[in-house]
Amino acid sequence: MALAEPRKSAVQPTWVERIPAIWWALLLVLLTMPAWANDFILFQVMGWTFVLGMIALSLMFLAGYGGMVSLIQMSVAAMAGYMVAIFGASGVGDISMGLPWWLYIPIAIVIAAIFGTVVGALAVRTEGIYTIMITLAIASAFFYFTRQNYTIFNGYSGFNLVVPPQLFGVDWRQPMPFYYLTLGCAGLCYGAVVYVSRAPFGLALQGVRDNPRRMAALGFNVTAHRVASYTFASVIASIGGILLVWQNAQIAPGTAGIPAVIDILVIAVIGGITRPIGPFIGALIYVLLRTFSPDVLLAFGLSGERFKLLVGLGFLALVFFSPDGVLGLWERWRARRARRRDPLTGGEE
Amino acid sequence: MTETVPAGRLSSVSSGNALELRGVTKMFGALAAISDITLTVRSGERRAVLGSNGAGKTTLFNCVTGDFLPTGGTIRLFGEDVTRFPAYERIRRGLRRTYQISLLFNGLTVADNVYLACRGVSRGRFSFLRPRESDALIARADELIAAVHLQDWRDISVANLSYGQQRQLEIALALAGAPRLILFDEPAAGLSPTERSELIAILQGLPGHIGYIIIEHDMDVALRVAESVTMMHNGTIFKEGTPEEIENDQEVQELYLGDGHA
Repeated sequence: MALAEPRKSAVQPTWVERIPAIWWALLLVLLTMPAWANDFILFQVMGWTFVLGMIALSLMFLAGYGGMVSLIQMSVAAMAGYMVAIFGASGVGDISMGLPWWLYIPIAIVIAAIFGTVVGALAVRTEGIYTIMITLAIASAFFYFTRQNYTIFNGYSGFNLVVPPQLFGVDWRQPMPFYYLTLGCAGLCYGAVVYVSRAPFGLALQGVRDNPRRMAALGFNVTAHRVASYTFASVIASIGGILLVWQNAQIAPGTAGIPAVIDILVIAVIGGITRPIGPFIGALIYVLLRTFSPDVLLAFGLSGERFKLLVGLGFLALVFFSPDGVLGLWERWRARRARRRDPLTGGEE
Repeated sequence: MTETVPAGRLSSVSSGNALELRGVTKMFGALAAISDITLTVRSGERRAVLGSNGAGKTTLFNCVTGDFLPTGGTIRLFGEDVTRFPAYERIRRGLRRTYQISLLFNGLTVADNVYLACRGVSRGRFSFLRPRESDALIARADELIAAVHLQDWRDISVANLSYGQQRQLEIALALAGAPRLILFDEPAAGLSPTERSELIAILQGLPGHIGYIIIEHDMDVALRVAESVTMMHNGTIFKEGTPEEIENDQEVQELYLGDGHA
């Protein structure tokens, strides 16, 4: 099964790729959004979309390019969030060290990346369902450990008052600055994944996905390559995790509980794991459902807490009709339209 | 491509043996797929391995490349004991192989496949930087694509290639880098007569320092591209000799013709 879309050859490097007009339009919409959208949309909808999208993007990289479905990405993100709370400042003065931002951010990313790499090193020796099981097992172990450990993770209550640093005199937790912060980080992560997918590292990872045995017979150390891809994905997840803890202003064991871990998988699958844009589409759909379905449900006289029912039904419908997510629907729709248009443009046919 | 093999190691190539097997055995449970194989292939030698189905030819290849570790015996590659080496370490020492059933990267283009093969035996396997247009490996990949006549399919996904084209691509992958010994596992199987003669031309056109071992059922192909022949039977070596000796050997004829008449 080829998960990635057929692509132009890597061997013909295209530094300035032809960017379709729709991408420019999207960029314009995203950049000007604070001018016409309210703070709620900026912070609660778009902020969450970018944050969850980044974490799901790290799963897309592993699953789409590497063929490895890892459920540890949310835990890696939470690890980075916890490290920000522990090495930076929080409401829990006994534990937090209050280091400056330029120290605790790299520390958080490095520790989370090491965590993700170690989990990866265990997981890459397994295939398919066993990769899912082992990463899920470690994710739930991480959840229970953070809930029971009070010396480092402050147990059940976690850390509150974890906010971004006041840099350049801007309060980065205000809706507009936070919107641009998350947009910028999401854009960087997206760009990095797109770029690396055509670099030798990413190409080789796709080779490992398609045929690990042949990759070894071409001189590649398949295990090392898979572990390294976990490291790369962990860096992306940890950036998402740091933004997540700032968005919440707190972190607790439930941040990386089993429901949250599954949500990341759902987001990635809804959007589509064949392309890096998929997780962001999935995250937007998920956040919109989570934000507005309580109102819809209440209007029908149902309990507003049942938004997960809508997410679940939507997920079921989607995997049933389009196993490759919204991206797959979109691509099939475009292919059909192109076929239908052919006779017109072709003239005589 | 010289970066793949340190100069010191290259100098020892011309004299010694490319491959030395001593008592190599591979058991699958209680079944010995190959047992006590002792075989020497000189550098630059071109050897055909013949034998009926189940004779252990492909298992022998898998042991040499490291796809399987042998149950017993030692494997020396270019004078170095590689018995316990993983496959990628052997490949980086100048060993290559093709597979009986094409093992390619179906999600990638022809050019990507060959580029990966070139990258696998050079530095920068983990590079996060996209190759530049001036990248020597890209030029090398294009040469290899041209060598197997696939230049018109360069940017086509491998999944869309015909069977014969996939076989040709297999060969291009095996020629990447600086191969010194190539194992061809039935490269002619399923090819049309035209493709077959193209294959023979490619094999005969290989530089003299590149040796190969070829598994081939088609006697005509095998005897035209090999200077020595090993006959395998039931997991052991049955006969070794020049093509003429093997062709005229009484026992070989009985074995082959006996099977044919049965």
